[in-house]
Amino acid sequence: MSLAGRPAILAALSLALAWATLSAASGDGGMPAWGWIAMLGAWAAAAALVSALANTDPGEGALRRLRDLAVPLIFGATLLFLWEAVVRGADISAVLLPAPTAIATRFSASTAVLWADFQQTFLKAVLAGYALGCGAALLTAIAIDRSDFLQRGLLPVGNFVAALPIIGIAPIMVMWFGFDWPSKAAVVVVMCLFPMLVNAAEGLKAADAMQKDLMRTYAAGYWQTLWKLRLPAAAPFLFNGLKICSTLALIGAIVAEFFGTPTVGMGFRISTEVGRMNLDMVWAEITVAALAGSAFYGLLAAIERAATFWHPSQRG
Amino acid sequence: MRSVVPVLTVVAALLALWYAGAVFLNLQWEVDQARRAGADPGLQAMIVNTLAQDRPLLPAPHQVIAEIWETTVEKKITSKRSLIYHGWITLSATLLGFALGTALGMTLAVGIVHSRAMDLSVMPWVIASQTIPILAVAPMIIVVLNAVGLSGLIPKALISTYLSFFPVVVGMVKGLRSPDAIQIDLMRTWSADRGQVFRKLRWPSATPYLFASLKVAAAASLVGAIVGELPTGAVAGLGARLLAGSYYGQTIQIWSALISAAVLAAGLVMVVGLVQRAVLARMGMAR
Repeated sequence: MSLAGRPAILAALSLALAWATLSAASGDGGMPAWGWIAMLGAWAAAAALVSALANTDPGEGALRRLRDLAVPLIFGATLLFLWEAVVRGADISAVLLPAPTAIATRFSASTAVLWADFQQTFLKAVLAGYALGCGAALLTAIAIDRSDFLQRGLLPVGNFVAALPIIGIAPIMVMWFGFDWPSKAAVVVVMCLFPMLVNAAEGLKAADAMQKDLMRTYAAGYWQTLWKLRLPAAAPFLFNGLKICSTLALIGAIVAEFFGTPTVGMGFRISTEVGRMNLDMVWAEITVAALAGSAFYGLLAAIERAATFWHPSQRG
Repeated sequence: MRSVVPVLTVVAALLALWYAGAVFLNLQWEVDQARRAGADPGLQAMIVNTLAQDRPLLPAPHQVIAEIWETTVEKKITSKRSLIYHGWITLSATLLGFALGTALGMTLAVGIVHSRAMDLSVMPWVIASQTIPILAVAPMIIVVLNAVGLSGLIPKALISTYLSFFPVVVGMVKGLRSPDAIQIDLMRTWSADRGQVFRKLRWPSATPYLFASLKVAAAASLVGAIVGELPTGAVAGLGARLLAGSYYGQTIQIWSALISAAVLAAGLVMVVGLVQRAVLARMGMAR
């Protein structure tokens, strides 16, 4: 109990100070000096709480997992609190930086619009482009895998292209494929293609000679070896590529919408609402993008954990 | 050196594909023109024409190269139409953002490796920060920073910073943790303190990781600078050239800006690679 005692006191202290800060900030004419002191106190108490939690040893099992989840959450909540307190306390105009509560209000008030934008950008452009791009890259990797010549030629070029600012092709794709989502999907395809290709080609080399020899002693053919040994062995690399592409895909689709879209979509909404100085709506859209991106990434990480449970990086 | 021939083959194949694509995409326009004029110049003449249109859907490589030549060598550097002028504006934002991002990334990595609290609390947010499509909101950040009085180079550089600190943090944390337990134990038997362990063991073993990350970070900060130039305020830079080109249908201008961005990215990565080779050779780690 003595272990849990100090964090509990610190948590109570930081919550109380945070409440005091926010009630000080809600008055007119900016925050009085004691409000700022309370804010710094809440911040210090939260920092002490995080470091106290991090330096305790909760042993193994559920308690540890709870701790590892709680620490980043407390850190994030502290950041949000500081944001709210500074915006309210210093009377920062909503045109510059809206407070988190204002964003949350706007978010819940306009879920219909946000959902329509999400559908247009994420469910249509991102998913279609992502599947096509990553699929094509994987097939290309398998195809060039049998030819040493093509590999030596294509991989340096692929590495080079993966480092290029591919996002720049967005205006060209809009010109070719029109304003609707296919042009955004095309940008996503090109953005995903090369990172995935490089990773997949690397992964197909992961199975070592001993394992391939074993497959040969089983009289396994090329496809059997590919399916049962080399693709599973490549899985950590494939997932690495898939994860990199998941964030690239979202970025590509949103940025492509700046160059022309129908009147729906996350990129369209962001650029028009910036023009109308509705920054709370912009931030609500950013929240959707961040949630979608994190969920996409988290889903891939969960699949990875289930599919590559044997890999050292998953056992640690 | 073994791979020179295959790489050249692939590049040649890509160029051939590009020409084929240019003919294929631009042919329709030629056909329409011929029909409107009531003339029939024949397929061969039309194909030749597809490679010399003013506003082609896909310009041929030689058109792009001619445009780049015209806007780099034949224009004065101070001219608003010179690609070197625009490229330098983008490059300066990129370099500033790259330097800031590297410094921030290293600082965070050192903190994460040395403090358990930072490791547990900051690291998940560093990863989460990258799922926010910052590129997508870059225009808004530029507008807001302009409103508080920050304009010109710094807002673009901040976008570049945001994009480039992440690979540095991840690579440096991995690198600073790469010494074996046995090596750290050895340092301890020599009663080395944390600073000495850091200077003499962790820092040197992190160097190869650092350079691998710096290559990614350099490319990322160029992307940041270009996207930072897209919003309304941008009048100069490669990103502004892209946007202007897309507004006025100047495809050759878009492609020449794209190719120069590609050359810039390749140049940056190459410079980092050269520094890497020199530094690792001096440290006795050359492969």
